[in-house]
Amino acid sequence: MPRFNNIQDLIDWRDQALQTMQAGQNSGVTIYVGMGTCGLAAGAGDTMEAIQRELSERGVNAQLKSVGCIGMCVKEPLVDIQLAGQPRITYVNVNPGMVPRMIEDHVINGNVVEEWAIGYVPPEW
Amino acid sequence: MGNRLRTAGMVNRMLPYTTLPFYEKQVRIALRNCGIIDPENIDEYIARDGYLALARALGEMTSDDVIGTMKDSGLRGRGGAGFATGIKWEFCRRSRATPKFVICNADEGDPGAFMDRSILEGDPHSVIEGMAIAGYAIGASEGYVYCRAEYPLAISHLKTAIAQAQEYGLLGENMLGSDFSFELHIKEGAGAFVCGEETALMASVEGRRGEPRPRPPFPAASGLWNKPSNVNNVKSYAITPQIILKGADWFSNIGSPKSPGTAIFALTGKIQNTGLIEVPMGIPLREIIFDVGGGIPGDKQFKAVQTGGPLGGCLPTSALDTRVDFDSLVEAGATMGSGGMIVVDEDTCMVEFARYFLTFASAESCGKCVPCRIGGQRLLEALTRITEGIGTDQDLEDIDRISRNMKEASLCALGQLTPGPVLAALRFFREEFEAHIYDKKCPAKVCKGLIAYSIIAEKCEGCMVCIRNCTSDAITGAKRQPHVIDIEKCSRCGICTTVCKFDAIEVN
Repeated sequence: MPRFNNIQDLIDWRDQALQTMQAGQNSGVTIYVGMGTCGLAAGAGDTMEAIQRELSERGVNAQLKSVGCIGMCVKEPLVDIQLAGQPRITYVNVNPGMVPRMIEDHVINGNVVEEWAIGYVPPEW
Repeated sequence: MGNRLRTAGMVNRMLPYTTLPFYEKQVRIALRNCGIIDPENIDEYIARDGYLALARALGEMTSDDVIGTMKDSGLRGRGGAGFATGIKWEFCRRSRATPKFVICNADEGDPGAFMDRSILEGDPHSVIEGMAIAGYAIGASEGYVYCRAEYPLAISHLKTAIAQAQEYGLLGENMLGSDFSFELHIKEGAGAFVCGEETALMASVEGRRGEPRPRPPFPAASGLWNKPSNVNNVKSYAITPQIILKGADWFSNIGSPKSPGTAIFALTGKIQNTGLIEVPMGIPLREIIFDVGGGIPGDKQFKAVQTGGPLGGCLPTSALDTRVDFDSLVEAGATMGSGGMIVVDEDTCMVEFARYFLTFASAESCGKCVPCRIGGQRLLEALTRITEGIGTDQDLEDIDRISRNMKEASLCALGQLTPGPVLAALRFFREEFEAHIYDKKCPAKVCKGLIAYSIIAEKCEGCMVCIRNCTSDAITGAKRQPHVIDIEKCSRCGICTTVCKFDAIEVN
């Protein structure tokens, strides 16, 4: 646990955190689930559970993250899948029934399920 | 598996969000991290330059520098009133009494508004950092976030974030090795709308009943426990670190000259893309509703948009070219408010719509001052009479007179602004009020006292579906024979219209 004593400590920690995050995104699969109140109200909790179950049943190694609301409330639950070094693709209105195919096609075989995806998070965001 | 996914060609047909109509016109400052980072991991916030603004302020800027930057940026308070944030901070800085307090107003209570909740849930550190910067600027070492208890997830994320920031030395004693210390507390509110008014909010933090008091003295002179206090909204604090990092010029060049920066709205109601948006100030209302919002669902026509929540006002089609900023919205007849934006279509009765907001505002009156406590009730009674079809000329006169008195004589903004939605509806949709009163008709076919359901015999196939679904046993008829609705029994619930497959139910 760091304890910053000056701005340089913070900048060093930032650079290190950034590196760790980018290394994670460049080497493995990251899955983001919108778990704000709006997402949860739309069923993101069940979607999250389904993803956890599918990943463990198939023995897929992925980093699973809860994030807040990106704004598209009407399209919740939102799930992003990011493969190593690839853009962060967003799937909309993801119910548990859609999860197996997303994991199979996208995470395992590397093919975006285009009819369920809306686009990708701009890297500059 | 690893090799296969690295070689697969795949994202060629996918486009970035910035090409989607919903995001194309958005500029994300307060919402920059929301939905992107894990809000419960401080490192993800730091990786995106989190707490760098605080470090710069503490290490390289004097308190006056910070206030100067905030003033130059032109940031106006995002809680709704739009008062210049830098000037507010300066007032508090100049107050001699100590200790001073920084307060974050997270008592978001407007129906259909969820901007502050989303920021606290999705990026709590930005609010903490903004508050710490404000504390440094005004000379406060303690702060309170006043958040309603109905936001459990926001409170939980905020608690986690505060604990993490303390561990890192970004809150607490001698932050970042400086001699500045700042401690942050959370005060959970019980959900009274009036506690969003700053003096009532402070009373509630003190453990007293949440009632407003006259201003002056303003909180900057005498606030929490009669000490100088600075109260800002969640969004104002969330924007602050970006202004310190990127400079006053960067911020003041976004948006419109008198309302720099971005506006954050919760888009709800009869609109395709309900959601949370951040757009540059000065954008025409039309672009928010039809481009970002995607327009009205179905084949319905846009009718009105309510901004400023239950204390704001509605604007009609003719106002769609209004530029959205603090001053233009007021000029047009509505208010900016905290960021709720409720769109309604042709099926909405504007009298009933105004009555809905009035029901809310009058129920939330704290009762301390007479104009608000009684005026709200009398206004509501007049409107209720109109929607029931027993309204008269006198009711319109009463609305006018009571509204004027409430505006002039109420103690706080809640009472002063309660008549807002009614007056705006009257101004832009007067003919609808008159139709209720003189013709005993509800043009939108909503008000139950003024409509009647009947069955068009030629269209009715006698399938008995409406009979089975009727909640008040008001429909009779034999199989394959046209059915009939008994007007006396009919509760006007409208279920028959939704279940009829032959379009045989008529509303008059």
